Amino acid sequence: MQLSARLRGAIALAGQYPLLAGVDLDVREGEILVVRGANGAGKTSLLRVLAGLLPLSSGDAFVLGLEPLQDARELRPLVGLLGHRNGLYDDLTAEQNVRFAVAAARLPRARASLALERLGLSGQARALPAGKLSAGQRRRVALASLLARQPRLWLLDEPHAGLDAEHRRLLDELLREVCSEGATVVLASHEEYLWEALATRTVTMAGGTVLDGLLESWLPGGEDAARAVEVTNVA
Amino acid sequence: MWRDALLVAGKDLRIEGRAKVALNQVGPYALVVLLLFGFAFDEDRPLLENAAPGLFWVAVLFSGLLAVQRSFSLESSDGAVDGLRLSRLDPAGVFLGKAAAVALQLVVLEILLTLGIVVLFHTELSGAALLAVSGVVSTVGVATAGVAYAALSMGLRVRETLLPLLLAPVLAPIVLAATEAWRSALHLSTDDGWRWLVLLGCFAAVYLAGGVLSFGSLMEET
Repeated sequence: MQLSARLRGAIALAGQYPLLAGVDLDVREGEILVVRGANGAGKTSLLRVLAGLLPLSSGDAFVLGLEPLQDARELRPLVGLLGHRNGLYDDLTAEQNVRFAVAAARLPRARASLALERLGLSGQARALPAGKLSAGQRRRVALASLLARQPRLWLLDEPHAGLDAEHRRLLDELLREVCSEGATVVLASHEEYLWEALATRTVTMAGGTVLDGLLESWLPGGEDAARAVEVTNVA
Repeated sequence: MWRDALLVAGKDLRIEGRAKVALNQVGPYALVVLLLFGFAFDEDRPLLENAAPGLFWVAVLFSGLLAVQRSFSLESSDGAVDGLRLSRLDPAGVFLGKAAAVALQLVVLEILLTLGIVVLFHTELSGAALLAVSGVVSTVGVATAGVAYAALSMGLRVRETLLPLLLAPVLAPIVLAATEAWRSALHLSTDDGWRWLVLLGCFAAVYLAGGVLSFGSLMEET
């Protein structure tokens, strides 16, 4: 079994307030793991820890075989994060936004066009400033940026938000496709009907902890078992 | 690093080209500041002429604050900063790119303000080389310090009010030295303006080097 991510006793704080209060979680390579939980359960913080954007106060984290903060420069380009916000520049067109993301990832420019097409963005939607697009179109531009970068680990926070039924189906199809090609998806959502057909595994968060985050085969072993499991290392 | 700087500067300037915030808002604001100084000192024309370089650089300082705030609101308004942090861009390149874009906008603004002091304060331009070189070096200092401090304050809820408070004291030596260099160039003082330029260069070099070295950490603090 190969793991894309492993957290043990992960605690993250905002000042004195615990965002994560001791998370144990395994993420298997190639799975679509849905993290469910109410608002404020810690889903967004979990994704940011996995992306290496939120430091841990204590505990261990390995993502794609790397330590998120210590190896941030190696890890971050391998991770794609779509948060509540889309990360777009309102005064750049959809195409310019995706092209910038591709150039910043030092990837061939042609990927931008392919990704926009895959997300159903063509014609006027590409040429308009992102600030003038609808919420659903903006979401698709953000997803196109992610797709063009081809990350190994997709971290998605309510990715269906703003999408109509047709594009929700398109997104589900896309996520299954990238997983079949070896990527891993961790998707946070509090709306079950949006992801129940998509998830290969679900875990539940509450109060900053993941209630059922360990894979069954791991449970008894503790640290020794953790060492024994091969952690995917793409570095 | 240089490739990344070009990419980021190009992106920021493309955004400015479409939004025209510097042209339509910051520029007119700076001219209004000059105009207000003109009204305040209108009774004392010799004082106004003598103080023109200082008023010019204070107007540049105010405008620079707006320009760097705008530069970072681009990154924070829709969370684009996460995209920068997850990219392969060298943080030093991001810093240089953002500073270059701000500096270029400030240079255009300074040309406009120079016309402003000629028209409003009847300043007679002289010492073109010293004016131009000290103007460019000061702009580098304002842009680099501004971008570094804007990154530092980006994650804070009170950034709009905190940034001017943090930045104004840091830019004070630049404003002082640039004013003295310009006073010398305009024959308003007998000081050696090139000496002030050396001081300006030292500050600009420190701010530039400090930004290049620390920008990665500053981005992490957001």
